[in-house]
Amino acid sequence: MLPVLLTILVIIMLLGGLLAVEHKSLLIGVISAGLVSLTASIIYVILAAPDVAMTEAAIGSGLSTVMFLYVLRRIKGDSNA
Amino acid sequence: MLKKLFALILIGGLGLIFFQLYNQRSRREGLTKTASYYTEKGPAETRSANIVTSVVVTYRGLDTLGEVTILFAAASIIGFFLKRSEKGSKDKTIRNQSSELLQTGSMLLVPLIFLLGIYVFVNGHLSPGGGFQGGAIIASGTVLAFLANPSFEGGRTLIHILESLSGMFYVGIGVAGIFLAAGFLDNRIFPTGNVGSFISAGAIPVIYSIIGLKVGAELSAILYSLRDTKEQQ
Repeated sequence: MLPVLLTILVIIMLLGGLLAVEHKSLLIGVISAGLVSLTASIIYVILAAPDVAMTEAAIGSGLSTVMFLYVLRRIKGDSNA
Repeated sequence: MLKKLFALILIGGLGLIFFQLYNQRSRREGLTKTASYYTEKGPAETRSANIVTSVVVTYRGLDTLGEVTILFAAASIIGFFLKRSEKGSKDKTIRNQSSELLQTGSMLLVPLIFLLGIYVFVNGHLSPGGGFQGGAIIASGTVLAFLANPSFEGGRTLIHILESLSGMFYVGIGVAGIFLAAGFLDNRIFPTGNVGSFISAGAIPVIYSIIGLKVGAELSAILYSLRDTKEQQ
């Protein structure tokens, strides 16, 4: 059961990474980069490393995603005005 | 075309390295010497319910101090290079307003996010998480406040005070360990209490709270200086 679950999660991670690199829209790119971190933190929880999972969730998928979104908003703010 | 080929070769090489690592790994029976010391003696010596915390704050406390110092250096360098927009020019480049939904939602959520961050680092010795995680949660609360209200100004002085004081207290507690207990950053300068109760593990909750405040203040300061950079036209 565990290997199957891990394989599914890793495939989601790979797809998220590909989407982050390849997609034209920056917004979708940022969100799929966050998805990679979120899946990684789920994997850490399954592998019994809750402390690492928490760091990954807080910094990888929380802080850096929101920060990228904030920067995106600032970059686009001028052109959309 | 050539660029893509180069990238492909690079990815292939990385894959080969990881494949080699995967192939050579062997299932380890039991823990290494250091790891077994931490797991066997850790709870008895530090009285911390979370072994990871006892390693991060006490046994490898010096490394944590180094990490916090690196973060401080990064924050200072970012603050140095990103110049603040001149105070004279009052026209703070009319930033477009956020949606009503975000503004109202953030008023409810930001204090709760701060509270969660504080909960995470105050309970670092009992549950997963600790200073770095709690600090990052606090900083994401700050980003939310910025997203909702671009000219948010609250707590700038508080951040600077926390940033300076918490670093000093961290080193101060470490030095107190030399005189009152076994060595630098030893947690037994306060009574250690029982494993699992809130007031236990000696100085660990105190140090982790200081780290949490420091990380939160540091990351928030970075966000402030990112926000205040002069807008390039």
